[in-house]
Amino acid sequence: MTKRLLVLVLGLLPLLSMAADEIKITIKDHKFTPAEVRVPAGQKVKLVIENQDATPEEFESHELNREKIIAPKSKAAIWIGPLKPGKYPFMGEFNQATAKGVVIAE
Amino acid sequence: MFGPALIIFRETIEAALVISIVAAATRGVSRRTLMIVLGVLLGVLGSGVLAGLTETIADLAEGSGQELFNAAVLGIAVLMLSWHHVWMSSHGAELARDAKRVGVQVSEGATGLSAILILIALTVLREGAESVLFLHGMASGGSTSLTEVLGGGAIGLAGGVALGVLMYFGLMRIPLKWFFSVTGWLLVLLAAGLAGQMARFLIQADWLPSLISPVWDTSFILSADSLAGRILHALVGYEPSPSAMQMLFYVVTLGLILAAASLVKRHQASQKLMSAASSPAS
Repeated sequence: MTKRLLVLVLGLLPLLSMAADEIKITIKDHKFTPAEVRVPAGQKVKLVIENQDATPEEFESHELNREKIIAPKSKAAIWIGPLKPGKYPFMGEFNQATAKGVVIAE
Repeated sequence: MFGPALIIFRETIEAALVISIVAAATRGVSRRTLMIVLGVLLGVLGSGVLAGLTETIADLAEGSGQELFNAAVLGIAVLMLSWHHVWMSSHGAELARDAKRVGVQVSEGATGLSAILILIALTVLREGAESVLFLHGMASGGSTSLTEVLGGGAIGLAGGVALGVLMYFGLMRIPLKWFFSVTGWLLVLLAAGLAGQMARFLIQADWLPSLISPVWDTSFILSADSLAGRILHALVGYEPSPSAMQMLFYVVTLGLILAAASLVKRHQASQKLMSAASSPAS
């Protein structure tokens, strides 16, 4: 029994580490929350962006070399990295005045 | 009104430049205007449909559906451009000779014409769907009036069209002697640039590793945001901070197209020689 449990826990470990690499960002009222995202440097990270607004947004970052439309009321995944330590600003191209954020790799 | 105009202008730059280069490159080819107009119309219609499907596509492949869709569209566009360039390079001399005689047109086979049609439809589709989404969002957002949104969109579109027209007439001023080699090179660089973009989408979806990213960063010299940066991005695939995988796609595409074009040319030359040798000199 304990052996089985151990196998189960060990089997789930990779899932845990995967979950840790997934970072959620929410768009609401044309703003990113959190606007400052800390990610580990030197590895790939999956950003999951949820747009709660009724309008589409385009996640754009020249520093991260990424660009993606996020439909209203929906989620989208963007893989970034591996990044060198540093700051990587991003913005919502359709609402540049308010939708601003930064990825900090450390 | 200025905001929407600027965004729509930026979305139309790439399509406008692709259309103008293809239009110039196919001078002297019969029925090319029809194909270009049809391609634009199909692209515009498709944009509306694609914009409506955005959510459905986005949910595919664990949230990376948009990247895979874009990569596929870009892949097909690269194939069409390559096909077209190989065809053009084998007929360039013929076209240059006939272009001097008014009214004489070279007929490109049905496959070549459909390559133009598909290429243009796909180019308009990609940028068009984003424009439709953006304008629809602005209009339904409530903070901007419909006239402002549509007016802004129209100004942006007019700007993009003006850029394309300028490019077209600029190209047409090139003397015939060099004309088809210039447009040929533009088509090849365009294809390589699109292949680079395709790699970026596959990296973003985690289907490909970036290898080294970025290999260099020239954004302090020419940022991707500037007008010149955007135009160069559309024309030759300029990226201020490319990854090694993107560069690999760029170089391999460039090499493959040039190799295919020179193979076809050599094959034609040897066939001409053969037919000349086999016909008795009388």
